[in-house]
Amino acid sequence: MSIDFGRAFEIFTENWSLFSFGIQNTLLFALVGTVVGLLLGLVTGALRAIPEDPMDSAFVKVLKKIARFVVGFYVWFFRGTPMMVQALFFFYLLRPVLGWTGFSAGLIIISVNTGAYMAEIIRGGIQSIDVGQSEAAKSLGMTTMQTMLSIIFPQAIKNTFPTIGNQLIVNIKDSCMLNAIQVTELYFQSSSVAGSNMRYAEVYFLEMVMYLVLTTVATLILNAMERKINQTKTVTIKDHCA
Amino acid sequence: METIIQVQHLKKHFGSLQVLNDIDFEINKGEVVTIIGSSGSGKSTLLRCINLLEIPDGGKILYKDTDILSGKLSLTEYRSKVGMVFQSFNLFANKSVIENCMIGQVKVLKRSKEEARKIAMRHLESVGMESFADASSVRLSGGQKQRVAIARALCMDPEVLLFDEPTSALDPEMVGDVLEVMQKLAKEGLTMAIVTHEMQFAKDVSDRVIFMDQGVIAEQGTPQQIFEDPQQERTKQFLSRYFDR
Ligand SMILES: Nc1ncnc2c1ncn2[C@@H]1O[C@H](COP(=O)(O)OP(=O)(O)OP(=O)(O)O)[C@@H](O)[C@H]1O
Ligand SMILES: [Mg+2]
Repeated sequence: MSIDFGRAFEIFTENWSLFSFGIQNTLLFALVGTVVGLLLGLVTGALRAIPEDPMDSAFVKVLKKIARFVVGFYVWFFRGTPMMVQALFFFYLLRPVLGWTGFSAGLIIISVNTGAYMAEIIRGGIQSIDVGQSEAAKSLGMTTMQTMLSIIFPQAIKNTFPTIGNQLIVNIKDSCMLNAIQVTELYFQSSSVAGSNMRYAEVYFLEMVMYLVLTTVATLILNAMERKINQTKTVTIKDHCA
Repeated sequence: METIIQVQHLKKHFGSLQVLNDIDFEINKGEVVTIIGSSGSGKSTLLRCINLLEIPDGGKILYKDTDILSGKLSLTEYRSKVGMVFQSFNLFANKSVIENCMIGQVKVLKRSKEEARKIAMRHLESVGMESFADASSVRLSGGQKQRVAIARALCMDPEVLLFDEPTSALDPEMVGDVLEVMQKLAKEGLTMAIVTHEMQFAKDVSDRVIFMDQGVIAEQGTPQQIFEDPQQERTKQFLSRYFDR
């Protein structure tokens, strides 16, 4: 039981083009999954969080009920099953119809999967905002959509930013499950390198270091973004009455 | 005299609790109506029904002779004409003071940003908050927040402003600032309906006082009539709690 670090370094330089291709895909899947997942989560989370508007027509009320049920099912299903199984199931289920590749299926699966987590995050974020602000917006004549876009979402995203950011970290790691449908991300690439030179310990050691570098850099960037978001404009407040 | 809001046989219940029971009253142009009454008598619910934050179960609310629930009136347009000032201010926490005052103008009245800014500044000046225009709204004191909330409502050029206990959440030393602003608005002829527990203020500023008790209007009249010569036993009882020595 030992790791030959010299050999590991050689493997790293010899196979850099394979690794870097894997890293690029891992980052692509993590980023797309997180961003698209956030957008999905905003819509679905809002649907779950908005209290019934007594001014809705009966038709709209029924529509909202159906939408809420569908969203509830979506969140339940995608949070309750492993992403790898979701990937395999939907890839093979829909391949005859869509003729899609593992790559495009993977992008959609990771987005939809992340969306289910984001829906809960955003729902919590919306519910933590006092309804008074929505009522004030209503009393000005703003529509629900306008209120959501300019008042509620910005605050919900700001308040839940650390949790949203955490989904990016999770996705950097969990995108490895998409190797099951032949997505050539970092884990997939490492496995093929290991398979060809049989130096498993060295290759997986390298892989782990690469994941650590990616998650650490992402964490640092997210922390910087969080500081930026929480920074309120420093305005010198002088009371003119004083 | 032009009637802005006419409430007819208004009814509202929550579950088995009848909160408003056959309310009739009107708000005329230029009038200041104060609504007093003990806790739970339905004052907030009445204002919230007028602004359609609650939907009445029965009766009618007419805005300049049009039934607001008939569908002939656009809900957003109606709400923009009937402003509301809340006990808890409800400023938009992600917006600066001036943005709070601009957003409704831009989104609902479709004014340009420059125009909205100019109008916002004018109203911030009238409530004495112009030097805070760029401050974050969460950093203000309660009294300052409430003055901004009033300016925000004024920016929509409302036909009538509804106030729900605008000073109840304030520290005592802030109450005066807000009441002063409202007094000024009353003098300028703004139409207002004010729910308040500030009896002296109600006495000074009102054209008409409405006393509510258990979901009905028990008595209404001029401040002199209500405060100096109340007819109903329950009005006397309620007022004695405020004016007893
Ligand atoms: N959304 C609601 N659901 C259930 N009950 C409600 C709701 N809103 C108000 N009520 C009840 O209706 C009654 C009247 O409430 P309302 O807020 O109108 O009274 P109020 O006169 O404004 O009292 P206060 O002076 O305490 O503000 C109270 O008993 C209250 O508990
Ligand atoms: Mg009340």
